[in-house]
Amino acid sequence: MGEMEQLRKEADSLKDQITAARKAVQDTTLQEAVAGITVVGRVQMKTRKTLRGHLAKIYAMHWGTDSKLCVSASQDGKLIVWDSITTNKVNAIPLKSSWVMTCAYAPSGNFVACGGLDNMCSIYNLKGKDGNVKVMRELAAHTGYLSCCRFLNDSEIITSSGDCTCVLWDIETGTEKTIFTGHQGDCMSLAVSPDFKFFISGACDYTAKLWDIREGQCRQTFGGHESDINSIGFFPNGNAIITGSDDATCKLYDLRADQELITYQDSGIMCGVTSLAPSLSGRLILAGYDDFNVNIWDSLKAERVGVLAGHDNRVSCIGVSSDGMACCTGSWDSFLKIWN
Amino acid sequence: MTINTMDKGGWHRQQMSCFRKMEKLIVAMQDPDMGIKMRNQRLLITVIPHAMTGRDVIDWLIQKYRMCEEEALHLGGMLVRYGYIYPLKEPRSLVLRADETPYRFQTPYFWTSTRWPASEIDYAIYLAKKNIRKQGELMEYEKERYSLLHKRINHTWDFVVMQAREQLRASKQRRKADRIVLECQEQAYWLINRPQPGAHNILDVGLERPNNFSSRVTLNSDYYKSEIEACRRALGRNRVKSSICLEGFVKFSEQYQNHDPIMQGCLPSNPWISDDSAHWTMNAEMVPTPTRLRVERWSFSFRELLNDVMGRREFMTYLEKEFSAENLCFWQACENIRHGESSRIVEKVEEVYKAFLAPGAARWVNIDSKTMAHTLEGLKHPHRFVMDAAQMHIYFLMKKDSYPRYLKSDLYKNMLARAIVPQETKKSVFPFMRRQRHSSPSPAQAFTQVLEEDGRAQAGTNAAGSHV
Repeated sequence: MGEMEQLRKEADSLKDQITAARKAVQDTTLQEAVAGITVVGRVQMKTRKTLRGHLAKIYAMHWGTDSKLCVSASQDGKLIVWDSITTNKVNAIPLKSSWVMTCAYAPSGNFVACGGLDNMCSIYNLKGKDGNVKVMRELAAHTGYLSCCRFLNDSEIITSSGDCTCVLWDIETGTEKTIFTGHQGDCMSLAVSPDFKFFISGACDYTAKLWDIREGQCRQTFGGHESDINSIGFFPNGNAIITGSDDATCKLYDLRADQELITYQDSGIMCGVTSLAPSLSGRLILAGYDDFNVNIWDSLKAERVGVLAGHDNRVSCIGVSSDGMACCTGSWDSFLKIWN
Repeated sequence: MTINTMDKGGWHRQQMSCFRKMEKLIVAMQDPDMGIKMRNQRLLITVIPHAMTGRDVIDWLIQKYRMCEEEALHLGGMLVRYGYIYPLKEPRSLVLRADETPYRFQTPYFWTSTRWPASEIDYAIYLAKKNIRKQGELMEYEKERYSLLHKRINHTWDFVVMQAREQLRASKQRRKADRIVLECQEQAYWLINRPQPGAHNILDVGLERPNNFSSRVTLNSDYYKSEIEACRRALGRNRVKSSICLEGFVKFSEQYQNHDPIMQGCLPSNPWISDDSAHWTMNAEMVPTPTRLRVERWSFSFRELLNDVMGRREFMTYLEKEFSAENLCFWQACENIRHGESSRIVEKVEEVYKAFLAPGAARWVNIDSKTMAHTLEGLKHPHRFVMDAAQMHIYFLMKKDSYPRYLKSDLYKNMLARAIVPQETKKSVFPFMRRQRHSSPSPAQAFTQVLEEDGRAQAGTNAAGSHV
């Protein structure tokens, strides 16, 4: 296969050139750049509410944009919409498949979506005429499990899958509008940029990719992790992405410098990162780990400044509300906790 | 969320890297010079060598990692849960106690990573040994499992019983102390790999992701061709110096610090603590008078202003005075197209063209000829993004021209002056702990115990005088 060998060499050579170009703009170390600022003082957050009701492991949660309602998905086959202040269940939606791995709340508050080992993304209408919550659409085309989904608006949703692709769907017609290929491993997580023009995905090929939604192409690829990337998110100003991996580290990649700038690791942390969320100013990163804890990092000084210890099993999902007020954690112990 | 995958080798990749790290730590703990000092432990009438107390483990971890007691207890607890250290007195209680409770290191032969996954035959042999050694030694759940195994692997049962007898015979040859040690180690291994019902299963890896080898990416020439294309595109991009980028983050975090409730608390009070939703009422989408923090945020970036419904409305009022309101109207209409229903795109594009772009349109917007030509071409086949270029042009026009002037205008300044600075609600009975910046060291540095005070609510914000 002479041609393929040549192509592979060309791809590798281009990758080396990219590495060199990245190195060329490295004109400082993190220590130097943040020498002038002091570490954030110890952050102590308490559990303010515990949302009880799920009967099995919770795999995912997502805040609604009003910062009060949130949705969670559990292996007990239920999608529950909570009023997090009163801890009441606004909706308890039974699912066809109990092997759910992800859920999402539409920015408008009208829909929720979920999916998992059924390879489909099911959209539920919360504001149906007769008050019943019904499946509005079943988006089926992936050949692998659904790991994550996020709404762009009431008409479009992006999904990531174990078939190594991400897809942009038109919800009304239930069809795939764009398929984003390039990852060499299961896509585990995705996040949409604040301006809705890009999204990022983390995968089991240890890389994160930035995609242009309109063009359907991968703009940037970031490596450096030594294991699967389980979780990914944007820094609040949209100029950087943060990833969490099974290698027990989180990394910050700057989009303009096109490289990793900060790694969040501690020799005392041995278990993988399952989920992460930045605080509103981006100064704090809250990351959930397999060892049942959430560690709070000073994002600029790369030091741990707090721990949320309250779950009796793995923390599987975490989210900070859009007004930055509260952090919600979901765990395999079947509880969700609201902290601040 | 971490979900397990089993590839052909049967290795659980995700947990393996975690095991390797713990094993490195365990080996360091047993280092003859720098490790934990072992001692002999009396168990009933037998002396068990190379044992240590829970206190020893925790002190060593505190010393090595400079962590606080709580952290060391958590990390040490993980080592016990994963079976690298097991308790001598109460084997079924896989908890690390910070006292004189004796523990021992598990032998590498029985490390979970060494013999993973635990095999059914090995478990059958273990249960058979227990059964043969002493009648009635099997617990209820073990009896159930034993009979289940007997049914399932009946064809190899002779082998199982033979092995069990052989191992029992061999163990009788050993010294009593060694025999007890081996029995403890083996029991500890099975308590982890076959936990009793109701006990936490630390090796639970959740939903098994099916291996979908058919849809795996095939590394053929098509794949490499698109890789090359993606790399070429990526190579050509502009890269900003890392110093500038890092500075950008520092500035952003500083600017938004007062707006970050997790870091600074919020006024008048945190509704999650005080159960008073005044904060949300004051910051609802439309209020007669907005809060000062909110109005300040409009000056951070043009996008912040546009993201706030009230901000947009104020800006619109300003533009109307300047006779350039059609710009914002156009921008909003384009957003509507971008994020609206697919079925109405063509209709909306038509409306926007008529209202803003057509010659002689009532609210004609001024875009350059090149963009206009490009847009008109796109209108032949309207789609969601057809107005992007024109929208961008108007967006930058407003951002560079109208926005800065708005921030200097009386309209904005008056709004800022009128804006509310909420009063902190009266303190309740409990003594509040004010959030102090740069006070106690972070967990990574703390040597001393950090006290967890229950029942203390957090105050709104510290009186750093940052608001008025």
